[in-house]
Amino acid sequence: MDLRLDAVSVRVDGTDLVRELSLDVGHEQVVGLVGPNGSGKSTALRCVYRALKPTTGSVWIGKDDLQSLSLRRSAQAVAALTQESGSDLDFTVEEIVALGRTPHLRGNEPLSYRERELCRQAMEQLDITHLAGRGVLELSGGERQRVLVARALVQEPRVLVLDEPTNHLDIRHQIELLSLLKGSGLTVLVVLHDLNLAAAACDRLGVLAEGRLVVSGSPPEVLTPALIRDVFGVEATIVPHPLTGDPQLLYTLAPDPGHSPGRPPADSISSSPSSAPERQRKTA
Amino acid sequence: MHIAAPPSRTTLVPVVALSVVLAASAVVAIGLGTAVVSPGDTARYLWSGFTGGIIRAEETTQYQIIWQIRTPRVLLAVIVGAGLSVVGVAIQALVRNALADPFILGVSSGASVGAVVVSVFGVLAVFGVFAVSAGAFLGALGATFLVYLISYSRMGVLPLRLVLTGVAMSFGFQAVMSVIIYLAPSSEATSTVLFWSMGSFGAATWGALPVVAVAVVGGTVVLRRFGRPLDVLTLGDETASSLGVDASSVRRGLFVLTAVMTGAMVAVSGAIGFVGLVIPHIVRIVLGAAHHRVLAVAPLVGAIFMVWVDLASRTLVAPRELPLGVITALVGVPVFITLMRRKAYLFGSR
Repeated sequence: MDLRLDAVSVRVDGTDLVRELSLDVGHEQVVGLVGPNGSGKSTALRCVYRALKPTTGSVWIGKDDLQSLSLRRSAQAVAALTQESGSDLDFTVEEIVALGRTPHLRGNEPLSYRERELCRQAMEQLDITHLAGRGVLELSGGERQRVLVARALVQEPRVLVLDEPTNHLDIRHQIELLSLLKGSGLTVLVVLHDLNLAAAACDRLGVLAEGRLVVSGSPPEVLTPALIRDVFGVEATIVPHPLTGDPQLLYTLAPDPGHSPGRPPADSISSSPSSAPERQRKTA
Repeated sequence: MHIAAPPSRTTLVPVVALSVVLAASAVVAIGLGTAVVSPGDTARYLWSGFTGGIIRAEETTQYQIIWQIRTPRVLLAVIVGAGLSVVGVAIQALVRNALADPFILGVSSGASVGAVVVSVFGVLAVFGVFAVSAGAFLGALGATFLVYLISYSRMGVLPLRLVLTGVAMSFGFQAVMSVIIYLAPSSEATSTVLFWSMGSFGAATWGALPVVAVAVVGGTVVLRRFGRPLDVLTLGDETASSLGVDASSVRRGLFVLTAVMTGAMVAVSGAIGFVGLVIPHIVRIVLGAAHHRVLAVAPLVGAIFMVWVDLASRTLVAPRELPLGVITALVGVPVFITLMRRKAYLFGSR
């Protein structure tokens, strides 16, 4: 089941949040969306999990235009981890996980044995079995995030979209979550801020800036010092990971003076990393 | 590793137990008052009343008190207690606010305006003795829809906006009401306002029961079917859409439903505060948050609570009556605080 964004534009109150975004996520591929704050990553994801309707363009799941499906039907195919972190009410962890079955159930229909087994497996996978009876409101941010991922898995989607899933997670759970995505057999579109983790976890990356897709391709194709400087406004050296060969970024802590993220001055590409601010900082 | 038992099993015991307690409470409450009737006799009179059976001649006065005055009153307490609790549960989930109650959207002040308009200007005369109730019902509905319309934006109806609009509009309606009373200073208008803002079952008659009973029972049945969607709504609107639930349309539909239910209750009993706010929390503290359970148990708890509150209201300082709101608060506050402290209850973020 592949996911395809076809010239998706989102315009809210006269502001273009996403412009003409076209992106293919192949069957069982993991595609990462990266870009600075406010570049339209989350907005693009919202169009995939139906929280927003594209102003123009369309999102395709396999052969179906998402807008032609009922919300329930599309939720049977697409699960999402949104930035909303939990619940107003103190549901138990297993209750929240079980809500992942909502699009497959009618009304208050109780979970079948198979579905309860599914919940148990997902909770085991996400290392939250010991929290089953705890209230979600008393969990730490990272624990809560894992509960929400388990809920998304229980939905048995073919496509999974995740908005910054590694938020609040400690490094072990970040690595575990991304490994899980990679081996899940799901078609995954994920927004990540950590470019090194993105490079290691994703088959392909799409880079957004000001609502536009700047470039997409395999991590080594996409992650170049020039792109990092243009899009994120930071200097980075890129080295291959000694074991896996994935590109890894080493950052230099000295932004060019007057360099604003996403809007590089005309000469920024050619200018060498300046050493003047560095010297000033040392003497200050 | 335990998995949540199917809902039928977890709620069956409390529902049966509470139903028994409710029936017993109702019989006891019907028997108590200025003229005390034993539960046995009360049950016998009730049986005669429902089945059209025969009673002895010397019992006629007692029978009249039981059947014509106290029974409709206690039944109204049962219906309104149940209804306010159920609506409170739904409204708190719909507007995602722990402080919400059935009157949050200006229902009670709108009802007061409607009732005052009717009693001062004498409109709606076609409804006869129910004219003031009809005015209150229309006022309640009108207020709710006005609040809903004002808070509507292109992004749909945002919960916090709705609550703020409701609170602000309540002040507006109260101002309108004060102006009407000020310009038409009759004692009748003033007592009408008191009745509608404090709440009372003193006006209960058999004739007033069917409409509110149908509204509350029907509404509760429908709301119960929305148990899982209400669960999902508390996760946030975006998450709801990712789970196949259209939060805006669920919210719109359930608002209409709860507005009709609340309007029907306010029209016959006034705005009885605190029950719709606190009973939902108390039930959640004991049973957990899942709506299919809370919506099964909350109406019974609310009904039992209201029967005893009404009994206290009419017997503690007889022959005068204490306003219901006073007693709901005096009893509810300590119970609520005790439970909250014992179970470390959480609603929303910490």
